[in-house]
Amino acid sequence: MRAARKKRLYLVVLMVMGIGIAVGFALSAFNQNLMYFYSPSEVLAGDAPKDHMFRVGGLVTDGSVQRLANDLTVSFDVTDQLKSVTVEYTGILPDLFREGQGIIAHGKLRDDGVFVADEVLAKHDENYMPPEVAASLKQAHDEGVARTQQKATTQ
Amino acid sequence: MIPELGQYALILALCMAIIQAIVPLVGTFNRTPGWVALARPVAWGQFFFLLIAFAVLTHAFLVNDFSVLYVAQHGNTQLPVMYKISAVWGAHEGSLLLWVLILGAWTLAVSLLARNLPAEVMARVLSVMGMISIGFLLFLLLTSNPFARVFPVPAEGGDLNPLLQDFGLAIHPPMLYMGYVGLSVAFAFAIAALISGKLDAAWARWSRPWTLVAWVFLTIGIALGSWWAYYELGWGGWWFWDPVENASFMPWLAATALIHSLAVTEKRGAFKRWTVLLALTCFSLSLLGTFLVRSGVLTSVHAFASDPARGMFILLFLLVVIGGSLLLYAVRAPHIPRGGGFGALSRESLLLGNNVLLIVTTALVLLGTLAPLVYDAFGWGKISVGFPWFNTMFVTFMPLLIILMGAGPLTRWKHNDPAALAKRLKIALLISITAGVIIALPFSTGSVSAGIAVALSTWLASTLVSGLRQRLKNKPGIGGFINDLSGRGGRSYYGMWLAHIGIAVFVIGVTFVTQFDVEKDARMTPGQSIELSGYRFRFEGVNNVPGPNYRSQFGTVRVFKGDEEVALLNPEKRTYLVQTKPMTEAGINAGFMRDIYVSLGEPLGGGDWSLRLYYKPFVRWIWLGCIFIAAGGLLAASDPRYRNPLRHRREAAVTPAGAASAIRSNA
Repeated sequence: MRAARKKRLYLVVLMVMGIGIAVGFALSAFNQNLMYFYSPSEVLAGDAPKDHMFRVGGLVTDGSVQRLANDLTVSFDVTDQLKSVTVEYTGILPDLFREGQGIIAHGKLRDDGVFVADEVLAKHDENYMPPEVAASLKQAHDEGVARTQQKATTQ
Repeated sequence: MIPELGQYALILALCMAIIQAIVPLVGTFNRTPGWVALARPVAWGQFFFLLIAFAVLTHAFLVNDFSVLYVAQHGNTQLPVMYKISAVWGAHEGSLLLWVLILGAWTLAVSLLARNLPAEVMARVLSVMGMISIGFLLFLLLTSNPFARVFPVPAEGGDLNPLLQDFGLAIHPPMLYMGYVGLSVAFAFAIAALISGKLDAAWARWSRPWTLVAWVFLTIGIALGSWWAYYELGWGGWWFWDPVENASFMPWLAATALIHSLAVTEKRGAFKRWTVLLALTCFSLSLLGTFLVRSGVLTSVHAFASDPARGMFILLFLLVVIGGSLLLYAVRAPHIPRGGGFGALSRESLLLGNNVLLIVTTALVLLGTLAPLVYDAFGWGKISVGFPWFNTMFVTFMPLLIILMGAGPLTRWKHNDPAALAKRLKIALLISITAGVIIALPFSTGSVSAGIAVALSTWLASTLVSGLRQRLKNKPGIGGFINDLSGRGGRSYYGMWLAHIGIAVFVIGVTFVTQFDVEKDARMTPGQSIELSGYRFRFEGVNNVPGPNYRSQFGTVRVFKGDEEVALLNPEKRTYLVQTKPMTEAGINAGFMRDIYVSLGEPLGGGDWSLRLYYKPFVRWIWLGCIFIAAGGLLAASDPRYRNPLRHRREAAVTPAGAASAIRSNA
């Protein structure tokens, strides 16, 4: 009985250690897989990481969608209505992608400041606005209002 | 006038639910048989009124009664009849009504089918289900009334979201809800047992078939959702680790743990506290899923409404249910007697490993799903968790689970000599390693992942075959098998067998399609051909074709292998007339060994289109595996010993042979 109990203790210790290692590994991998969201203003201000994937979102600027060359590469501007970032994407855009629509792109910033996306998301609802995009638009709008007011008071 | 009837019916159902929640429960304490006996008829009454409410809403959709706001928003005269019916649960209010109706149906089923239940247990179980029903009916009536009127009455309805106008998605929510809500039965049994303090093998045996059936529905619901995403979204993916998918997957993982730990509690009396806690967890995760999906805190196709009042209500309800049940557990758990002991190597210890692994993965999925909400709430930034992380987690933990899954059914209860087990598993181990290595070699696939997957699947299959041979050793021929299948415990065993084979099939499907699928986005001119994985895709152009409530850009792609035409695919781009949303319909040629998949991108001028071409080997095995898993669950749930458990216990106790067979027979 004693031996059996000892064996069980080993089993428990082994299991706890195994799970501990696995969970530690899981959490560190978790941190590497987090993708932060940045608005175009934040990207231009240099807040976004240079060598890490992140997400950028906003409205697709009217008239900015261009097809490059003869393949499937598209370039367009994404704006929070203060600043805008140029996004390049090779592949088929989602059904609801169009100018004026709120979108989110996953990818990396290239040295020349162009955001190279490996995924572009536009939700399946015309009135839908990704909440991150809505929040950053609102913030940009508030900042814009504050600036005009400031201008008005200084004049 | 008729819609108001629906509203009254809902209010009456609420009254019934209140009586059902209180009177029978009080009756079990002050020992008033009349009050206890009230549980069943009141439950029937509640279901009757819920059915009326549901029928009224369905009727409103069928006759296009746009004076009802919900119908005006989601109905349309042009909608085909099938989708008029599925539109009833196509959005928030109606889907909640379906939720309560299904809860009523499960309550009805318990009151009719669990005839061997003592009256007191029945009363408590039904009363707990009544409490849950009160919560949801209040939610419906206070924040999401499906019968609210609109004035002036619009001439035409806003139409059902075109994404939902599809057969797979018409039946996906009812299946999923059957699973979610079905877990409330396991929850109610656990709460009833905690109230009475009687947590014994009988409790586990009563819970098992209900939990199994709920789990089967959950499996089917999730598989349908995945199948739908595959053919409807046009990206060829079958699982996206979308928060809403996770919301349904977490209860599934926990319920999988529960059906296994219930087996231990029933057979060996062990794991009692753990099993109760799991039952509470499963339903809490179902509610959490409902909260995540319905409150609008998540961004997804499924998040219909983002009304803070609704979110608050569900959050409060969630706190009451989880907090209340955990409190009851905390008070009662110390009094639960310890179960039978078991050795370090025994079926119990392997099932414990199964439970630990499943719960760890559930917790990780929970972490990945809730992290964006937590980060946002604390102002740490707006994040999303990339799906590679989820994949890595599963690829890490699932092989361990499968190794245990193979060994478990061949291990004895209580104690198994390691040397004897090693001897039993030796051949299976040899076969599976050989199979894996052959597959991984450069001349067959050259992929290590594929080799591991094949080794794991072969391991499952060979251990299962070995177990079956052992079981049928003294029962020769097809007759022996049929006798064994129809005997007590037989269907439990063969159900387990089938479900585990399903896992083997699933693993092959998942690994092969991720390892060997070939994808190409291409610009194509009519008449142009593109070669992909030995198939030649010839694009013939796109025509405009009208549909019943949409216009279609109808593409034609012919696929050849050598000179032979294999498939004529018609990928479409539909524009629905009312909501003017573009929708992609993929053209798929399905096969046992591979799918060929084409979807239309966008017109590039001059008749050129961007097209997405896929070759997807073994993708059907994913859903085939799910079908096996679900079928196995149903077979196990139909075991005759659940229908007449008392006699079984006596038999097992009296004859040593019966006892032996009860121990040998499987989860």
